[in-house]
Amino acid sequence: MSGAREAVARISEDVVTGEGLPAARAPVQQASAGWKVLPIVEGLVLMIALVLPWVLQDYLTVFATRVVILALFALSFDLVWGYAGIMSFGQALFFGAAGYGVALLARDLNVTSILLILPAGTLIGLTASLLLGGFLLLGRYPSSVIFVSLGTLTGSYAADRLARGWYYLGGQNGIPSIPPLTLGSYEFEEGPIYYYMVLGILVVVYLLCRFLVRSQFGLALAGLRENEQRIAFFGYKAQHLKAIIFAVGGTIAGLAGSLYAFHEGFVWPNMLGVVFSTQVVLYVLFGGSGTLIGAVIGTVIIEGVSFWLSDNYRDVWPIILGVLLLLVIMFRPLGLVSFVLGERERVGSFGKAPKSKETGHAAP
Amino acid sequence: MPLLEAQGISKVFGKLTALDGAGLTVDENEFHGLIGPNGSGKSTLMKCVAGAEVPTTGKVSFVNTDITAFTPTERARAGMSLKFQITSVLPTLTLYDNILLALQAHSSLFDLVLSRTRNRLHDQVMTMLAQFRLADRAHDAAAALSHGQQQWLEIAMALAGRPRLLLLDEPTGGMSLEERRVTGELLQPIKQHCSLVIVEHDLDFIRDICDRLTVLDQGKVLASGTVAEIQANKSVQEIYLRRA
Repeated sequence: MSGAREAVARISEDVVTGEGLPAARAPVQQASAGWKVLPIVEGLVLMIALVLPWVLQDYLTVFATRVVILALFALSFDLVWGYAGIMSFGQALFFGAAGYGVALLARDLNVTSILLILPAGTLIGLTASLLLGGFLLLGRYPSSVIFVSLGTLTGSYAADRLARGWYYLGGQNGIPSIPPLTLGSYEFEEGPIYYYMVLGILVVVYLLCRFLVRSQFGLALAGLRENEQRIAFFGYKAQHLKAIIFAVGGTIAGLAGSLYAFHEGFVWPNMLGVVFSTQVVLYVLFGGSGTLIGAVIGTVIIEGVSFWLSDNYRDVWPIILGVLLLLVIMFRPLGLVSFVLGERERVGSFGKAPKSKETGHAAP
Repeated sequence: MPLLEAQGISKVFGKLTALDGAGLTVDENEFHGLIGPNGSGKSTLMKCVAGAEVPTTGKVSFVNTDITAFTPTERARAGMSLKFQITSVLPTLTLYDNILLALQAHSSLFDLVLSRTRNRLHDQVMTMLAQFRLADRAHDAAAALSHGQQQWLEIAMALAGRPRLLLLDEPTGGMSLEERRVTGELLQPIKQHCSLVIVEHDLDFIRDICDRLTVLDQGKVLASGTVAEIQANKSVQEIYLRRA
């Protein structure tokens, strides 16, 4: 629920700063003058990600690969919550369902080709999120935040219980010893190559998401997030927009889940469950929702800090991590990126590209 | 045939009867004022017409179609638009994007994802901003506007989809005298293509811009007619004198 509070804080903050006094104008214009923070942050993160396997020991590269996959998962949640304002507490359902799905393909049908596994995982994520999203979001009237958050939470919880109790899915133990992903005769083992493969996928998906949230569709999402009722009165089919972005999120979660299953070599019920669903909420809130890069940064920092703390403060690390998270969410409701990223740049502009105006090129 | 016809509208909230068989008829290109003392049911009638509330009984027809059960989205697509009583511009977006958001509502999903209509809509956005005297603020966040300017922005957004009927709930609430005068000026030109239903406390404002008035009292229609007829109506004078 801290997410909902954050949104409220965000809106009331705007109301306060925008009381209509002449003074309120100056900061707005200043912010739009310094436009370029986001690409710099994105470039820096990418550069660090590219050199990592060269500076890290092998076992840390394996850890970094896991983090990159989780960052992909976090992107899916940021689209759904950060951009469309849909409180999904069950994002792990799509991640885990795809993980289990591809694990079964490998176990029962000996399918390990990356060319089949990744599309299959993606499709499972898409199908599951279309079904759940259709049920939760596609009413004649908009569904309430509580209904959607409890619905997704219940979905995730039910899937977790189902997997635990179902012998075919391996029960509590899940499905162990998934063989490596293959491409022809090549086997993707854990290590730098797997790392660069998932990093490449993350970059491609990131760019697609970036394109989407900055398009006119992204403007519709901004309207949806800020005032769903208002945009319905413009004639938007708000429920359809929500179901679509929910399905896009589910698709990405499915892709991440299938990469995760093959990277770890096993799947287990936690992958579907509520704890994991909440974890992704934390990644995004911590890094900064509605920015895409915030989701990536949040994942990296939370996972990195937990890894380091659990090594050095074996007993108390969850407490330290918990306090840290609380502090950020209390004092920086817009997440870590809000230290460098202004409100105006975070929301962005969606109008006609200024370039085409100057050169006189109309879009084809 | 009138453009809008609401008949026998009742709305009951628990034990409170907000509307008791009220009605409203608006012709093409007519500015229609909806007035009455506080609690007379003006806003509720407006919401029933707009689809924000579902009437307990009664029927709303718009362009010869029964729209009583239409959702807000369906009403908007049929050509009805609404400006809320509480300003609900999107504060973090720029003025430009607020208008674009309203204008692009009927673009296809495909066009939205590929941003294929924003070049075409650019001139319309700027025209609307200029029409409502906001062009120089196009790239400021809507939150930075004064209250009056936010109301104008919202009227511009409500008009963006070229509706045939615009419902305005207290457009001049919280405005200065000068801003009220300008609001009246800004609304005049839309008469060529749009009818207006306006709920307003400022009777001078209503008198200046409306063709016809409907007076509500305790959930019922007390009188309906031209401005001159209403001004001459004894029972209307009475309720306003009683409250004054």
